[in-house]
Amino acid sequence: MKNQTEITAEAGKQELFIAREFEAPRELVFKAFTDPELLVQWLGCKDLTMRTERKGRGEAWRDVFTDPNGNEYGFHGVCHEQLAPERIIRTFEFEGLPEPGHVCLETLRFEALPGNRTRATVQSVFQSVADRDGMLKSGMETGVFEAHDRLDEILAKELVN
Amino acid sequence: MRRDVFQAIADPTRREIINLVAFNSMNLNAIAENFDISRPAISQHIKILTECGLIVIKKNGRERYCEAKLQQLNEVANWIERYRKLWAERFDSLDELLNTIQNKDKKPGAEK
Repeated sequence: MKNQTEITAEAGKQELFIAREFEAPRELVFKAFTDPELLVQWLGCKDLTMRTERKGRGEAWRDVFTDPNGNEYGFHGVCHEQLAPERIIRTFEFEGLPEPGHVCLETLRFEALPGNRTRATVQSVFQSVADRDGMLKSGMETGVFEAHDRLDEILAKELVN
Repeated sequence: MRRDVFQAIADPTRREIINLVAFNSMNLNAIAENFDISRPAISQHIKILTECGLIVIKKNGRERYCEAKLQQLNEVANWIERYRKLWAERFDSLDELLNTIQNKDKKPGAEK
């Protein structure tokens, strides 16, 4: 059984939460969220190639997804804090919006659970309720990945090979 | 000003009004009796709800009834569900990756 991914987006608030538990120790989960070599293996998918620059605390980060037609979708921000293995604080902006400046603040928390398990929580705080709802509604982030929903099995297969 | 369903449910009074009329159409007086705020304030909330398309006003003789049109609320749930699915897919991939790494650590050189 897969662990459930929970999204909390209360009406009228400018934040949203993503929460998920993993069957792995906190150090490893933290590494999978910060090590570029590991990140590209799960944050993208087969039809989109992904490259990432992450240098840690105080440095800019950028993820770029490229589709088979060569279209690029970029996300970037600055890493404010990277406190292994418990917390990452960073800004986040999608480069595909009509106007720049819609930045959100993300806090990623990693909590050690009994049995070498980990709970990861991502809190995204947007500049306004409209920004948050616009992101959900337009699917700005999901849109990039929507055509590629076979992700799961594809990645699983590639990892075993 | 363009209204959307998120605005409709952003306010607690409006959420209560939706709950009230969800199963029974009610007239404005009956709705207002459930709240401590003024009738004009209730009217204003109902106006916003109609502009968002969550409520329609039906006339029956001299009475005006509010009827709920809740289909749009599913829209919100759908947007969130779409976002949830994206992350669920990513995290399922991450499960596989974590699994592979941990198996490698346990059995050096062994295939998963």
